Amino acid sequence: MRAPQVPEMSDHTVKAFTEKLEALSSSVAQMGGLAEAQLADANEAIARRDTGLAERVIAGDPRIDELQQDVEDQALKLLALRQPMAVDLRETLAAIKIASELERIGDLAKNIGKRALVLNREPPLRLTQSLARMGKAALSQLKLVLDAYSDRDAAAAESVWRNDDEIDEIYNSLFRELLTYMMEDPRTIGLCAHLLFIAKNIERSGDHATNIAEVVYHMTTGGHLATERPKADVTSSTTVSFERKD
Amino acid sequence: MESSQSGAQASAGIGLDDRSETVLMRAGWLLGACGLIAGAALAALLGLNGLWVATAAAVILAAGAWLGGAGKLSSPSEPAQSDAGHGPIAAPELLRAVLEQLPDPLMLLDDADRVMLANSAMRAMVGTDVEDKTVSMVLRTPAVLQAIDQTALTGDPSFAEFVFRVPVERHYQAYVARTPQSPHLTAVVFHDLTAVKRAEQARADFIANASHELRTPLAAVTGFIETLRGHARDDEAARPKFLEIMSLEAQRMRRLIDDLLSLTRIEQNEHVPPSGTVDLEFVIRDAAAALAPLAQLENVTIDIEAPPDLPAVTGARDELIQVFQNLIHNALKYGKSGGHIVIALAETAEASGRRGGAMIAASVRDEGEGIPREAIPRLTERFYRVDVKRSRERGGTGLGLAIVKHIINRHKGRLTIDSVPGEGSTFTVLLPARSPALPPSVMEVL
Repeated sequence: MRAPQVPEMSDHTVKAFTEKLEALSSSVAQMGGLAEAQLADANEAIARRDTGLAERVIAGDPRIDELQQDVEDQALKLLALRQPMAVDLRETLAAIKIASELERIGDLAKNIGKRALVLNREPPLRLTQSLARMGKAALSQLKLVLDAYSDRDAAAAESVWRNDDEIDEIYNSLFRELLTYMMEDPRTIGLCAHLLFIAKNIERSGDHATNIAEVVYHMTTGGHLATERPKADVTSSTTVSFERKD
Repeated sequence: MESSQSGAQASAGIGLDDRSETVLMRAGWLLGACGLIAGAALAALLGLNGLWVATAAAVILAAGAWLGGAGKLSSPSEPAQSDAGHGPIAAPELLRAVLEQLPDPLMLLDDADRVMLANSAMRAMVGTDVEDKTVSMVLRTPAVLQAIDQTALTGDPSFAEFVFRVPVERHYQAYVARTPQSPHLTAVVFHDLTAVKRAEQARADFIANASHELRTPLAAVTGFIETLRGHARDDEAARPKFLEIMSLEAQRMRRLIDDLLSLTRIEQNEHVPPSGTVDLEFVIRDAAAALAPLAQLENVTIDIEAPPDLPAVTGARDELIQVFQNLIHNALKYGKSGGHIVIALAETAEASGRRGGAMIAASVRDEGEGIPREAIPRLTERFYRVDVKRSRERGGTGLGLAIVKHIINRHKGRLTIDSVPGEGSTFTVLLPARSPALPPSVMEVL
């Protein structure tokens, strides 16, 4: 599958190189699995008000950071000692980039876990259902893009890249709803602010999934997805007018 | 079952300890296959999931060790060639074929954690080609990778439970086992726990719903007791009014408990087919008669249209009376005041299941406002109500149609619901006609 890049390399050297590259890929996939589990558990901790799970999510983050370090070390060694070319070079760089996106997703999951601890001390809110739905959408994007990475599937990566809208749509409606809530009853502002950040974190992890999709696409094809992705997140310009009740 | 498990492991032991002995190997493999089949049968009989998984893992390890030792295991890219030295059984192909058909996903890993072999259930579980990839490229679930690492470290088998949350929630249990000597082979066998978890969830939901339903009338009753003890103690005018409401709420609770109990009873018997012979027309007349006072109150007429010489059905009379009482009661509750309810009986040509006897159709039609299309599939769910407020007002428990569905299931019948909003609804019960009675026309020919 992986033809020798430099003709004078012996079979043995090529095999060792292929193995190193595969080990790098499986470390990235393993890291992806952890990030997925962290995000899923963070969502569960919110949906089921599970404080124990939220604490486990927070405690699980250093493991992702460790793995990122490991991926970077492996990639640097490959670059320094083997000087990979063409698709091998793209795979090595992709590993570094994807690892850093996954590390960010891990951080976002940890942050959701921390906020879940606060939410679970307060009475339940109906809005957490929308959050669960949004979390599921983000998780699905992450799963699909990691599958695309494992399968080296550019088409699957492209479809992830195009389908970020759903998360953005839920985020928009949730954002409006939260603003209205806070206006109606200022006592909910504290709680709603946490919900707002959780929603933002989920939305951000969806964006990281689309970033990974771009990297996977480049890794497999060598081409670039168009830089302007259709964006449906309009919250940066959303307002809800404050109506004074007499 | 203890002995069966150890038997399977013993067969694995033969396979593993004496890899040089081809005969022993083959014996081990065959024993393993027997253990596998026995294990599958046992698991099917007793639902012993853990045992099944462990047995299967032991067997594929035994088989894998033998094949690995003989250097015969191959990836799909280089198909295995059976050479002359190994007797009549073309083992790799046979092994592959047997494992391929197993219902549980499984894979066999080499000592570099690369997938050597996987079956079709495994490919279906992860949705991609599996063989010749490193394990984390196939399945990156941390719990499973951790179990594989742990087994590699200690040599002991390990279990892991995990969930795929998207696209549809699926629960699995993984069992990991490893051969004790080099080259190490690791078997990972999965068992789908989704159905079990769903059932647990449904039970929890049911208890939560039932408690919630009971709490509402209880709160009303306690509220009025407090009021009567407190500031309404000497209020002669309010007392009968409050007592009337309390009595209604208490009746509602009793109805709910009655319905819950009959639902439980029916569910317990659902797998036992009824044996009595029942004339449906009598059943329906009895059910209608019991509800006649209510019909009079609502000013509704009930018409029963039954053709002569309708075959009897096989069924439990009391349960069928309950079915039609519930359906007629619903028609009275949700039909128009001053309208008609028509109950029509007919023999249909529709075959009942595999035995293909005729079905008797009994339809209860009202002239109410009908049921929204999207609500129809959910009508037989427990505590599902099209209009919660109205159902409460009319004293519904939310269990009537669930009971109807379970009774009809037990009778191997079917319930169909047709409704045109604004014109009315028709609930049709199809029950298999009593089979041995041949139609008169056939009797004449004979």
